Amino acid sequence: MEARPTSTAEAASILREAAAKGWAVVVRGAGTKQSWGRPPRRCDLVLDTTGLTGVVEHAAGDLIAVVRAGTPLAELQSTLGFAGQQLALDSPFPNATVGGTVAVNTSGPRRMTYGTVRDLIIGVTIVRPDGVIARAGGKVVKNVAGYDLAKLMTGSHGTLGLIAECAFRLHPRVETSFVRKRGDFGTKAGLAWEIDAPADGDWKVAWEMPGAGGDPKPEWWGRYPWREGELGVKLTAALSKVRGLLAAAKRLGVSVRGSLGTGVLYAAAQPDQIGDLRAAAHEAGGHAVVLTYHEGVDLWGPVPGLDLMRRVKAQFDPDDRFAPGRFVV
Amino acid sequence: MKALVEKLSGRLTKDQIITDPVELRTYECDGLAQYRVSPGLVVLPHNASETAFVVKACAEAGIPFVARGSGTGLSGGALPRRDGVLIVTAQMRSIVELAIEDERAVVQPGVINLHVTRAAAAHGYYYAPDPSSQQICSIGGNVAENSGGAHCLKYGFTTNHVTGLEIVTPDGELVRLGGKALDPPGYDLIGTFVGSEGTLGIATEVTVRLTPVPQAVSTLLAGFASTDEAGAATSAIIAAGIVPAAIEMMDALAIEAAEAAVHCGYPAGAGAVLIVELDGLIEAVEAEFAAVQRLCVDEGAFEIRVAADDAERALIWKGRKSAFAAVGRISPDYIVQDGVIPRTALPEVLRRIDELSQRTGVRVANVFHAGDGNLHPLVLFDDSVPGQAAHAEEVSGAILDLCIEHGGSITGEHGVGVDKSRYMPRMFSDDDLDTMQMVRCAFDPAGLSNPGKVFPTPRLCGEVPGRHKGAHPLQEAGIAEVF
Ligand SMILES: Cc1cc2nc3c(=O)[nH]c(=O)nc-3n(C[C@H](O)[C@H](O)[C@H](O)COP(=O)(O)OP(=O)(O)OC[C@H]3O[C@@H](n4cnc5c(N)ncnc54)[C@H](O)[C@@H]3O)c2cc1C
Repeated sequence: MEARPTSTAEAASILREAAAKGWAVVVRGAGTKQSWGRPPRRCDLVLDTTGLTGVVEHAAGDLIAVVRAGTPLAELQSTLGFAGQQLALDSPFPNATVGGTVAVNTSGPRRMTYGTVRDLIIGVTIVRPDGVIARAGGKVVKNVAGYDLAKLMTGSHGTLGLIAECAFRLHPRVETSFVRKRGDFGTKAGLAWEIDAPADGDWKVAWEMPGAGGDPKPEWWGRYPWREGELGVKLTAALSKVRGLLAAAKRLGVSVRGSLGTGVLYAAAQPDQIGDLRAAAHEAGGHAVVLTYHEGVDLWGPVPGLDLMRRVKAQFDPDDRFAPGRFVV
Repeated sequence: MKALVEKLSGRLTKDQIITDPVELRTYECDGLAQYRVSPGLVVLPHNASETAFVVKACAEAGIPFVARGSGTGLSGGALPRRDGVLIVTAQMRSIVELAIEDERAVVQPGVINLHVTRAAAAHGYYYAPDPSSQQICSIGGNVAENSGGAHCLKYGFTTNHVTGLEIVTPDGELVRLGGKALDPPGYDLIGTFVGSEGTLGIATEVTVRLTPVPQAVSTLLAGFASTDEAGAATSAIIAAGIVPAAIEMMDALAIEAAEAAVHCGYPAGAGAVLIVELDGLIEAVEAEFAAVQRLCVDEGAFEIRVAADDAERALIWKGRKSAFAAVGRISPDYIVQDGVIPRTALPEVLRRIDELSQRTGVRVANVFHAGDGNLHPLVLFDDSVPGQAAHAEEVSGAILDLCIEHGGSITGEHGVGVDKSRYMPRMFSDDDLDTMQMVRCAFDPAGLSNPGKVFPTPRLCGEVPGRHKGAHPLQEAGIAEVF
């Protein structure tokens, strides 16, 4: 079955119904990342969020916006652009919905300056797996009343409930251009500092700098390095170990691209390289997470705190009906 | 409790366990002294494994425990329980690692906020979150409260600066979350733990970001006739796309108090002053600083002082930083309120607070982080006059209602603690609070970690969320199709 609610209340009534029937539910936005995480073990109902659209509120003077989850990120950005503002998330999937972006926690090069979803989201409305609507946070940038469920929902891959509405802090738009370099790493500067490190070619480094007049955007900027048939892997490292991790990936014949300023990189790998890549990432104080599913590949490796995560999942979704088996299993 | 003391004595030394009633009383309150309870027992662990041992012992005996850092909290978060154990982090004050190349510091929870900055300063770094209490408050307390400070407008709050935690769960297990690298796999339990006010366990090690000291800092003080104009200047600065490191405002009564206390020499006759600080690269700061001065003048600033050096900058900040304590000069007692509004609602809300003050005869001094709409109204009263305390409490509550009415929050940085749990239902529905407590139940099903804080009524963790029965054929209604 498939349902496409057009309001939070309608989504709630559908999910109450699904709960009563014991249906397994998979939430889908624009469908750009349905291949991420393990495929759900069971699916009786696909809840399509693309009917939950629109900017509920854009308070330009307060630099905040409240937006329904099915709104495409690109559409939100163009609305905000009229006021010279942006949601400072340069996700690699501009066609993705806002809710999907939050649920999967994608980020781009500018995270070096603005952080990621968790740093920008200030409030959330969810529909719990039992169909109850709940809110946390609010629409002011500073707020410590109650638990920060918006962060818990960020990166939860649709396993804890439906993200129906999000509130974000915004930033002024800035005009930028790029500085490109070959041969050495350089140092941290500007809004973003990225590397393109193919296994079998020259490494290129570039910065996104405020102001016009620099080089145009490199064609690889902010794009994942993997192609069809390759695994997409997210690699993280402590900042002092980023170069070591890049060197290790090169030795393994793995192409990498990503943020030198934050130590978050993306790699294109083959299934048999994951073990070595993961060992290199651990050595560098970070992790290797396989983003795109592949049969027989351990996507996460050891996850510290997994037991607590399972307990959180069991509270929100005691019958394991929301994308069962996808994440935190 | 006796059995617990015996058990703890097996591993901890005598001076780590306090049972003497006189000594116990020194822990009876935090920075919000109107709530006082002498703890049943105080324990001072030296490290994570001792903390886990104490918590496990509490869990096994079903005895509640409360963490305490420096006890500067302003919402009664560290208020002890007579039937419980107060676990104090004052013996856990080592900076475990200063990893400058990683831009991280790994610290024990009792480490004082400012000490992190002091340790990093020689390397050109600092720890950005700067609560006014930074000379005494602990990093563990900051984590629990998600503390902010004047410079959080640009740099974010504690939660944006914690990349790793080691916690003792309420059943006494040690768990590591995150580390020096970003984006650890799985749910964001760090983001969930930060700001949970000690109700999800005890942080025993914290990995924080270190921020490079900015190349340039420029600070000005602007005098305005009223808070309306100062508020308009704040909005104009933000609207111009400038993100200052800080924008702080004080009204006439707060200025009067600060003058009386520290002679900060703020512009005479000002109805409001703004402190605006910019930092960053030299060129950008210079250009934006000129724009800020212009905007202040455009909105009616009658005097602008620019700090020529660090000494003058310190003088500008002195009045602001001493404002809370200074209010003691003009009123025997006062309540420090902490509410948030959208910053564009500032003039309207300040007018309403003024009306409230006129109507009730209760004086209110306003000091606040104007840039992010975080108000700190100081509600003045005299406890020796019968009824005044209750009256002030009412006005203080009415101010929170104003914040909620304008789409804001009942706390921006001091937390809910015991003091504001009764206001939570004004901001959140029962379902909202119930959902938050599902997290509580995941971490602490027995409800032993700082019980009675944050939530007005605890959730029974065994409960399965209510299910709605009855047919509602989605297919017939056309809402769902066969997939
Ligand atoms: C003069 C003054 C000015 C202040 N200014 C500011 C300000 O500008 N911004 C701001 O945000 N706050 C401010 N505060 C409030 C207070 O300083 C902060 O909330 C601070 O973070 C508390 O730290 P603490 O070590 O004193 O914690 P405590 O008061 O000891 O405890 C606070 C809470 O944290 C919990 N806790 C403590 N340690 C741990 C741990 N290791 N693990 C889990 N939970 C723990 C406690 O149980 C309690 O709930 C101010 C207070 C004062 C007195």
